[in-house]
Amino acid sequence: MTKVGVITFPGSNDDRDALHAVELLGGEPVSLWHADADLHGVDAVILPGGFSYGDYLRTGALARFAPALASVRDFAERGGPVLGICNGFQILCESGLLPGALIRNRSLRFICCWVDIRVESTDALITQDLRAGDVLRIPVKHGEGQWVASEDEVKRVEDEGLVAFRYCGPDGSIDDEHNVNGSVGNIAGLRNARGNVAGLMPHPEHAVDADLGPTGGKPLLAALIAHALESVG
Amino acid sequence: MKRRFEVIISLKEGLLDPQGKAVEGSLPTLGWDNVEHVRVGKHVEMTVEADSEEAARAQVEEIATRVLSNPVIEVFHIITAEELPA
Repeated sequence: MTKVGVITFPGSNDDRDALHAVELLGGEPVSLWHADADLHGVDAVILPGGFSYGDYLRTGALARFAPALASVRDFAERGGPVLGICNGFQILCESGLLPGALIRNRSLRFICCWVDIRVESTDALITQDLRAGDVLRIPVKHGEGQWVASEDEVKRVEDEGLVAFRYCGPDGSIDDEHNVNGSVGNIAGLRNARGNVAGLMPHPEHAVDADLGPTGGKPLLAALIAHALESVG
Repeated sequence: MKRRFEVIISLKEGLLDPQGKAVEGSLPTLGWDNVEHVRVGKHVEMTVEADSEEAARAQVEEIATRVLSNPVIEVFHIITAEELPA
């Protein structure tokens, strides 16, 4: 059974949901602690949502110095699957494992709502069972989810096809109206060149149980569980 | 020798500063309608003990680069440094 580790930082608050989602989808959830450099032999790592270290200084900025993150970096370099959700995405960007940065939403408001995201790249481990253009309904809840980067960096990200998801309308249309936080190019999530590292602001772990609402997060976490063992080289 | 440093971190020019915009937007309602280009940044102070001012400054620069700022979105500058009495 695929062991999926979820790292809890002081201030994480979606770690339990992530562990629950892994269990629901047939993986073996393993709770990991930020101060512990040992990843306990997991096959995949989730950096969960929340407000690690109070999000002091910048969101995700201090979490990247955690002992567990040094191990996550090595794990990712070996091809290990790493998924950053919300604060986890912010941590991946701060760590340089994914490009760009996440700043205050354009509206200056904390947003908490269901959004549609369109799958752009199927070269991420978590999107490989989907088709480009598929639309997933997943909730967001964040104050700092506006993805930005320098013009050159945006061009590189687009040219190399590193955009994994964009905010879109229910029909998959990409427009400013559905750009919930003002991200450059409606970008909701990214992958690294190899595809084993991915991050997104929406919360797949909150959208896996049909009793509770839409299940747009299910294919992403199911793919993480299904393909993790193929990934580590 | 201990020295007191101040570091100013600000968002890069050209990057939308929502906090600055919010502050700017509130000023006319208070009667100040002649203010523009408001930018909000961070101000960090620290005391560093080192043999020389150069060494201390180099260390503060490294801290500012690696921790206090994110080069993707921010720039910083260091305001030196007051020698503290031993």
